[in-house]
Amino acid sequence: MNEKIRICINDVNRSFTVGEDEGYVLPSETLLQTLRNRLGLTGTKQGCDQGACGNCTVIMDGNAIASCMVLTADCDDRSVTTIEGLEDPVTGELNPLQKAFVDNSAFQCGFCTPGIIMSAKALLDNNPCPTDDEVMESLSGNYCRCISHYQVVEAIHAVIEKGGVNYAGLSIHWQACKPR
Amino acid sequence: MPDYQYIGKHVNRVDGNAIVTGRTQFIDDILLPGMLFGRVLKSPYAHANILNINTEKAKALPGVKAVLTYETVPNWMCGLPHHRRVLDRRLRFVGDSVALVAATSTEIADEALKLIEVEYEELPFVLDCEEALKDGAPRIYDQFENNEFTPGNPIFSKEPFKRIERGDIEKGFAEADYIAEGYYCYDRLPHPLPPECPCVIAKWTGPRALTLWYNGSAPHLQKINTESSIPGAVVRVVSVHSGGSYGSKQLIPLLALQATALSQVANKAVRIMMDKKDHFNSYEVRMGSRIRGKVSMRKDGIVNALQGMWYVDSGMSSTYAQAQIAVGLGEAQVFLGKCQNWDLDSKLVATNHIPAAPIRGFGGQELKGALIPLVCSVARKAGFDPVEIFKKNFVAKGDGYIWRDFKWWDVKSINYVPCMEEASRKFGWKDKWKGWEVPTSVVGNKAIGVGVGVHGNADIGEDPTEAFVKLHMFGNVTIECCIGESGMAQRHAAQKMVAEVMKVPFDSVQVVDPDTHFTPYDAGLIGSRGTITIGTACVRAANDARNKLLAKASKLLHLPVEELDTENYTLFPKGNPGMRLPWIAITGTPEITITGEGVYEQNFDKPNFAIYFAEVEVNLDTGEAKLISALEGSDVGQIIDPINLKMQMEGSFGAAGADTAFFEEGIIDQHTGRIMNGNMIDYKWRTFNEFPKFDTVILESQFDSEAFRALGFGEISGSPAPSAILMAISNAIGVEVNQYPATPEVILRALGEVR
Repeated sequence: MNEKIRICINDVNRSFTVGEDEGYVLPSETLLQTLRNRLGLTGTKQGCDQGACGNCTVIMDGNAIASCMVLTADCDDRSVTTIEGLEDPVTGELNPLQKAFVDNSAFQCGFCTPGIIMSAKALLDNNPCPTDDEVMESLSGNYCRCISHYQVVEAIHAVIEKGGVNYAGLSIHWQACKPR
Repeated sequence: MPDYQYIGKHVNRVDGNAIVTGRTQFIDDILLPGMLFGRVLKSPYAHANILNINTEKAKALPGVKAVLTYETVPNWMCGLPHHRRVLDRRLRFVGDSVALVAATSTEIADEALKLIEVEYEELPFVLDCEEALKDGAPRIYDQFENNEFTPGNPIFSKEPFKRIERGDIEKGFAEADYIAEGYYCYDRLPHPLPPECPCVIAKWTGPRALTLWYNGSAPHLQKINTESSIPGAVVRVVSVHSGGSYGSKQLIPLLALQATALSQVANKAVRIMMDKKDHFNSYEVRMGSRIRGKVSMRKDGIVNALQGMWYVDSGMSSTYAQAQIAVGLGEAQVFLGKCQNWDLDSKLVATNHIPAAPIRGFGGQELKGALIPLVCSVARKAGFDPVEIFKKNFVAKGDGYIWRDFKWWDVKSINYVPCMEEASRKFGWKDKWKGWEVPTSVVGNKAIGVGVGVHGNADIGEDPTEAFVKLHMFGNVTIECCIGESGMAQRHAAQKMVAEVMKVPFDSVQVVDPDTHFTPYDAGLIGSRGTITIGTACVRAANDARNKLLAKASKLLHLPVEELDTENYTLFPKGNPGMRLPWIAITGTPEITITGEGVYEQNFDKPNFAIYFAEVEVNLDTGEAKLISALEGSDVGQIIDPINLKMQMEGSFGAAGADTAFFEEGIIDQHTGRIMNGNMIDYKWRTFNEFPKFDTVILESQFDSEAFRALGFGEISGSPAPSAILMAISNAIGVEVNQYPATPEVILRALGEVR
């Protein structure tokens, strides 16, 4: 039986048919595969494909998840944000978190960077003034081997100090944090 | 200290925007028209012959376009010297290649692998390098007697450099005041583990013309490597932005040949991208290193004689281990720069486990992991503070060594004693060091200890680089030099240097993409060489271009060249800087480029330097060791970019570096030869919430280097760390710990708490 599913991806409603026929989403297809191979959203990276490295992190219904561990067929009615969904859709301006990563050189090879940014975004959306421990904990599932950790933490602190990750106009969590 | 516009100051990398938006193109994002996906069937046995192999069912699976076995592959070989076939009837480790499949999708290729029927003849295997050398040990290659690979790397030197013989070893021991002997190992097969798996796309574009796209950053070396394996082939190698390499992806000899063979049969582009399982279990790990040796010291703290055998376990293949041995032997002399009496021999051994290959540290880290504890054993006997020993013995201007080219090099310019002193002061070493196997403090069941290690490598001047700098008259500059990106920001450094010479905005300088067709020779991002080699070639090319521009202007303006200068795409007399001509006015047309050329030739007269201090807390009840703080120091001559340099130092935690002393190891089942922790859950890695305080000390002594007096640094950052951490643990618990990694079990055993 072919089943239709709808997923809101980066604020665009997408519909898919799950089935075995050519072009359909296979029941075994992961969200990561759908994003990368079907939608061309290649900013989400495949690292281990075992849910351990966090390179494929996206935000689903407000939570950071490993997209390699979720079947697309199970995502009906879900809302997904990928790294491509962070820039302002109208102006193309970088999200403050992305900008802070650039300004703080919070990357080396950059392969793990989209996943780290998505984990940090999910944290700050839910908790705009996290403690250091909460920041570290939220990133503990993100593998980075060049060791950009110290700069990543600098970047996230810079965002927290400036008041959050959302644009002023769109903000739902906007709130000025006390300087650490 | 000179004040530059860009050098020594941080500017954001121009590729930062692409990285944070996910637009950077990694190799997994490249989809060529009609491209097929290759997969490799792996051996389940550590040592076996293929008796029968039947691929009919696999070939019949819809979507399968090519299946190759040892009977049908071309007889191409790789390894040093050539010993590894694309596919072989003999399988030499769990994970060795049995068959190749190319299909229209990875999933179909994986299905096809399951349909290949193989009958194996199991053979006895050997996993330990010293066992492998014994008479009667299973023979892994017919051509390598006693499982010893042919020594030497002919590219480095005609005669193999595998043994340091200098002075009179017996006389050295006779003149010494303290002598120690010991056996030390750094051989637990940790994994460099870049997040992005190794990958290659091969496509034949003509009967002899082959293009390879790969995610390493030494494309010219890869070109030479593949051309030496496929007689007559003309190979173009494109280096794609790499998701981390740490040395491990810079050369991919076998993977390249396998994709090339499939591409030839299928007549299509074929991609082989390892998944994490293959990457972990059948790619390459850090080589094993053991020293059985004797070392002596004079009363004044100078190590005056070293004798020993260095066993190097390269697993089932040697990609380049002979080169790593040559560099490691050089680095031993950098470490013991005053020692005049040497007999340090080496044996490069084949075993039936996962192959070892070049990884950040390149032989030096592996040797140091065992050699520093050996040297410290005599320092301990003599009662010296290790920092004092390192200061007294590390090579400096006026000393010398035999480097990897088997030639003597007199050391110039450098002296790292001030850096050791400054780093030691900032770490608080004198307060924290209480003596050998004496804790800094013990509170309840928590004992704290400190340790230190050093490293240096003269490969920072290795291999040639050629560069062109092109001036475009409308006002921009291109660098034609083969510079990849795998995280070290070398492209960024070249941009800064050329912008500094040309006095133009940094972001108006473009670096062409690394591609052997479009850029002249450079050996790649290896051995911390980029700063000096790429830097010097680019600075020379920029100066050459600048001189040509000024010469043209001199003719036009009837002013001597010396009286002219250029800045921000304008030209002006030095005496009248207000009178400016745009570049286009010099040539009168944009239809001309002014090209400067720069060539660098290798030079080994200066090693770089790193000192690593560790402060470790050990729980005496559980045996758990935790890094509380670490500090790394170096004197880099001149900082190019402070943040990128600092991140290279922090990289000491990555790529099987510092944490090989705490928890990183490949655990092999001795009964089957299978790696038991070959996945990212069972293989331990340091998570975000476990990073300790990390400090740096960076001196800028303006050494003799044409690259703005800078030396390269990045590769060595992790190399001095493992022995420093082991020393800190030993001091914390009051008992010498000699085993990597110092897991709770190892520590409790050392404490006599468990057997």
